[in-house]
Amino acid sequence: MADIRSNFIGIKSPNPFWLASAPPTDKEYNVVRAFKAGWGGVVWKTLGLDPHIVNVNGPRYGAVWGADRRLLGLNNIELITDRPLQVNLDEIKRVKRDWPDRAVVVSLMVPCEEACWTDIMKQVDDTGADGVELNFGCPHGMSERGMGSAVGQVPEYIEMVTRWVKASTRMPVIVKLTPNITDIRYPARAAHKGGADAVSLINTVSSITSVNLDTFSPEPSIDGKGSHGGYCGPAVKPIALNMVADIARDAETRGLPISGIGGITTWRDAAEFMALGAGNVQVCTAAMTYGFKIVQEMIEGLKNWMDEAGHPDLDAFVGRAVPNVTDWQYLNLNYVAKARIDQDSCIQCGRCHIACEDTSHQAITNMVDGQRRFEVIDEECVGCNLCVNVCPVENCITMVPMAAGAVDPRTGRVVTDDYANWTTHPNNPARVAAE
Amino acid sequence: MTDGRLDTGVAAGRLSAEDYAENFADLHPPLDRHEAVVAADRCYFCYDAPCVTACPTGIDIPLFIRQIATGNTTGSAKTIFDQNILGGMCARVCPTETLCEQACVREKAEGKPVVIGRLQRYATDAAMTAGKQFYERAAPSGKLVAVVGAGPAGLACAHRLAMHGHDVTVFDARPKAGGLNEYGIAAYKTVDGYAQAEVDYVTAIGGIAVEPGKALGRDLSLAGLCTSYDAVFLGMGLGGVNALGVEGDDSEGVIDAVEYIAALRQASDLATLPVGRRVVVLGGGMTAIDVAVQAKLLGAEEVTICYRRGKDNMNASEYEQDLATSKGVAIRHWLQPKRILAQSGKVTGIQLEYTTMSDGRLTGTGESLTLGADQVFRAIGQSYVTEPLEGGPSVALEGGRIKVDGEGRTSIAKVWAGGDCVAGGDDLTVSAVAMGRDAAESIHKSFNTRSGA
Ligand SMILES: Cc1cc2nc3c(=O)[nH]c(=O)nc-3n(C[C@H](O)[C@H](O)[C@H](O)COP(=O)(O)OP(=O)(O)OC[C@H]3O[C@@H](n4cnc5c(N)ncnc54)[C@H](O)[C@@H]3O)c2cc1C
Ligand SMILES: Cc1cc2nc3c(=O)[nH]c(=O)nc-3n(C[C@H](O)[C@H](O)[C@H](O)COP(=O)(O)O)c2cc1C
Ligand code: SF4
Ligand code: SF4
Ligand code: SF4
Repeated sequence: MADIRSNFIGIKSPNPFWLASAPPTDKEYNVVRAFKAGWGGVVWKTLGLDPHIVNVNGPRYGAVWGADRRLLGLNNIELITDRPLQVNLDEIKRVKRDWPDRAVVVSLMVPCEEACWTDIMKQVDDTGADGVELNFGCPHGMSERGMGSAVGQVPEYIEMVTRWVKASTRMPVIVKLTPNITDIRYPARAAHKGGADAVSLINTVSSITSVNLDTFSPEPSIDGKGSHGGYCGPAVKPIALNMVADIARDAETRGLPISGIGGITTWRDAAEFMALGAGNVQVCTAAMTYGFKIVQEMIEGLKNWMDEAGHPDLDAFVGRAVPNVTDWQYLNLNYVAKARIDQDSCIQCGRCHIACEDTSHQAITNMVDGQRRFEVIDEECVGCNLCVNVCPVENCITMVPMAAGAVDPRTGRVVTDDYANWTTHPNNPARVAAE
Repeated sequence: MTDGRLDTGVAAGRLSAEDYAENFADLHPPLDRHEAVVAADRCYFCYDAPCVTACPTGIDIPLFIRQIATGNTTGSAKTIFDQNILGGMCARVCPTETLCEQACVREKAEGKPVVIGRLQRYATDAAMTAGKQFYERAAPSGKLVAVVGAGPAGLACAHRLAMHGHDVTVFDARPKAGGLNEYGIAAYKTVDGYAQAEVDYVTAIGGIAVEPGKALGRDLSLAGLCTSYDAVFLGMGLGGVNALGVEGDDSEGVIDAVEYIAALRQASDLATLPVGRRVVVLGGGMTAIDVAVQAKLLGAEEVTICYRRGKDNMNASEYEQDLATSKGVAIRHWLQPKRILAQSGKVTGIQLEYTTMSDGRLTGTGESLTLGADQVFRAIGQSYVTEPLEGGPSVALEGGRIKVDGEGRTSIAKVWAGGDCVAGGDDLTVSAVAMGRDAAESIHKSFNTRSGA
């Protein structure tokens, strides 16, 4: 059986599945239930200074659903903890004492003043917690007060606060990043320069989920008005994966441990984040949708996959996909693929045809010899994959690479095994002259 | 349980009021909003969708389903009515398993088609409940059209003609409009007076005068109609039933299934309707299934359908056959009636002969079987009756029904026909609607060409 014990920047947990800082980790009651269910660790709901903040007394969440009300994306306008600091600290201390094998990390957000940070660090130190996470991520509410993403959007602030915190604690420090920036590498580099032991990402994406067309209020609506919230859940996973990969392969931050967050719902999502360089993962929306029990599926699923794939432990696959992420300019332009339709599994819905005909390359028939039939016209197919993506039958259309030596009927060129990319392409005005 | 269940012979009131109500409730309860959205989401929005080709009225199915999925139920209903103004009834009675849903690509993919019929009902019910009318009449054309028969064919024809601004009078021999929607379709397919509600919905466009109790051949003549109207549409359906032609077929308790169903559909209290304890149904079509199931639901203890050929030859779809057996009806094949057994003029049983195919022909084997029965239903087919048209201009027939061309034109000028009474159809509500609608377009076109010329 695969060994999924995790050691993330010295913080040990029986598995790599942590609950992200959010309502599931808001208090002792929830966290104990989570540990009983099998979660490897928690990042406690973000603490702030007293007097504690208050939340709205109406809806905090908005959502985007699939047809059967499957929750695809969640949006929230909740702030950090709305309980007194000491209550949280006492509970954290008790939980860590009772659950020594689980990771207990404390999320923090206080004003951008050194004294505030050093002061709260001392108090967290006393709880025996395993580490801290600096919340530079929340995009709503707290950012209006100069905290959260207001810090996360200014690399200099990230570096400065990280430095203050590092200097004042024995504990490992994780910096949680906001995705609401143009290039995630800048805040990551700043955290790295400030001495962070790791970064975690993503926090939520600024969002308005929907507009009520009767009242013209954005949702969730508080007395007829709405404010942008933070988006999370399955819908944000592709955004998060890309950001994780960006940091994993950046020259300046390469090797900086990453805790992957954003839309993780299944063991497979977790494995994908880890393959792109995340040392462990954090989960929020999936737990808020289905309850804590989902971790059982994550644990078993990950183990089974690792066994089948022959990965004895997490290190065996963490980061394995990173070398395969590259810039567009280095993609092999000599690689030629054509769509192939398996006529036995085709159910003749015609979607591939109309998608290609109306919006792409007119490369799929709808009639052959007077019969309804969908076939790829190799002379027109550019291999774009749109048909694969719109076909309702899995594996009915596949992209088949052309073998070297064959002639691409679209271009009339002979396919070659040689690698050639944009940097040397004749159409590239800035190409480097080939020898 | 009431004692009436075990009354011998033919008896009314076999069940309790609750049992009748439960037995004759909606066969498929309507989808609620969530169910409809989930069901709609299964549609792939196919290109040149095969389901559309399979619908005799050519409803744009992917479009109406997408409109349900996006919450535009009103638009969805209009998409349906644009092609089929009786889309509400069709949604209830179409044998979708041999029409649109058979062609659905998801039937091919996984044996579970998109539930097109039920979605069609969802959209049309919503619009009708809201009293939403989608069509306005064109400016009055001054043309008068007579429609004979207020069944699906006649109503579809009348509606389309009214839309084009023509004035229509619909004559029907029966006291109520609707044709077999009102007098024939199984009660559990069209509950709560739906047929009449639909007639009202269709005629609400205006310009359609319905004259019930007026029969062609009795109160009207084709020659007369041709003089008083600019065009005539014949949609009289099938008035006759095929005779058994065996000894004893005039005994009390040998009943025409269509007539019995009509009585059932009109009964204000099902408890007044007598039904046998042991019932035999002769036939293999939709009517046989319907009368058998309804006899069973009225409390008959044993109901047996006897069909003279094999399962595959039955006109009733597999779905309909399964419905019957699920209600406790027995279906027996390869049996043909030989003799009705009677005592003092009342049916006591039926003697049947086993049949087989030899040299491509159906023949009796000589071996026979006797089933005890208090009631024997004849459901061996309906026929077109020629009497109403006799004595007037002679309308050409083909295979015993009215001959028409692709647009519904008969052999005489100014006269169109459609629905069950014409040759070459498939005797379905939806086909009658298609023919009525297309004949109306043809009539309209003929007015334009004539006046334009
Ligand atoms: C028992 C039974 C069950 C059926 N179940 C289904 C089903 O589930 N699904 C399905 O698709 N189809 C079903 N059908 C078939 C369907 O009902 C018919 O195909 C359809 O009604 C034909 O429509 P129509 O307008 O041509 O004729 P009809 O519906 O028969 O209407 C003809 C009208 O003309 C009137 N008429 C007749 N003669 C005269 C005259 N001389 N003068 C004036 N008026 C006249 C009649 O009173 C009647 O109202 C069933 C048929 C039967 C008998
Ligand atoms: C209701 C709610 C409250 C949250 N509160 C916090 C918070 O206090 N501190 C924090 O760092 N992140 C907070 N988050 C963000 C989550 O920790 C997480 O980064 C984000 O939801 C993405 O992960 P997911 O897609 O698994 O939900 C919150 C998220 C939600 C839904
Ligand atoms: S999309 Fe797929 S199933 Fe549909 S016609 Fe194309 S290949 Fe066939
Ligand atoms: S009218 Fe009948 S055949 Fe046509 S789509 Fe509706 S249910 Fe299907
Ligand atoms: S064939 Fe089925 S999936 Fe395709 S459009 Fe019709 S109902 Fe939808």
